[in-house]
Amino acid sequence: MNKIKSLADLKKLQTEVQSKIKLREKGDNPENLIQIKVSMATCGIASGAKEIMNYLIEELDHQGIDAVVTQTGCMGYCYAEPTIELTIPGQSPVVYGFVNKTKAQDIIEKHIKLNEMLDGIIPISYTTIDN
Amino acid sequence: MKDLSLHILDIVQNSIRAKANLIGIEITELPEENQLIITVTDDGSGMNAEQVQLAIDPFYTSRTTRKVGLGLSLFKQNAEMTGGSFILESELGKGTKVTATFGLNHLDRPILGDLVGTLLLLICSSGEANYVFKHQTPSGEFELDTRDIRQTLENVPINHPDIRSFLKEMLQENLEQIQISE
Repeated sequence: MNKIKSLADLKKLQTEVQSKIKLREKGDNPENLIQIKVSMATCGIASGAKEIMNYLIEELDHQGIDAVVTQTGCMGYCYAEPTIELTIPGQSPVVYGFVNKTKAQDIIEKHIKLNEMLDGIIPISYTTIDN
Repeated sequence: MKDLSLHILDIVQNSIRAKANLIGIEITELPEENQLIITVTDDGSGMNAEQVQLAIDPFYTSRTTRKVGLGLSLFKQNAEMTGGSFILESELGKGTKVTATFGLNHLDRPILGDLVGTLLLLICSSGEANYVFKHQTPSGEFELDTRDIRQTLENVPINHPDIRSFLKEMLQENLEQIQISE
């Protein structure tokens, strides 16, 4: 049987990753990065927000797009879960509702890469919530 | 909720909202007593006696964005449906403890589901809070403390893709080792 990974293995990886990070060292200020908040309260979780969040993290990493994907609370659009809030640096946040994997893919391809907004934006003047 | 891992993710969101620094998640499987016990503890803001009473009411919430709060109610309902029990304890300023006992072999018990995915999401993408995860089965015990991980990582962010995939494999292998239930 293979040896199970432990903290000692993590230490090895830490050294590797640290040298990689030093090489990059570009504007790592989170304010310069694309931010995605996935609404992760009871309503979101029950509608599959977890799968969408994992999909976004993996897809953005796979495509080499630098973005911060975090979770947030209920934005009050329970009928439209899963919802995500997308903030492109220097622009106002935009909320998309009914996000499935196809929609998430479209958001990456169109909004994030080409800066074209898609249908399905929740069209209320919107201010970001604290939690 | 489709499975128990989603319930855990949901209940932990309460702790995060209560500004907890340390969140404990404990799963204990006791096949001999036919029990599966899930405990979530936190050192967040806690609740007073009145709020504890109200918290399991589906029409009570501390949020202002909507008028219902179903997380705890659904968890309680699912636990009681399998012949189990549900206890909510809290003290203002000290923290909260949620204990749900399920009938391990009960037909209505939801599966544990994607526990690795849930833990990964909490550990890597939910801010500054630390987690102590413990899973006990008759075959053994697995414990993970994110404070140890952060210490090992020093200034490398815990949400770095390489670290994330390492943690994913580490969780998978360790949970497989102690043969957790479905």
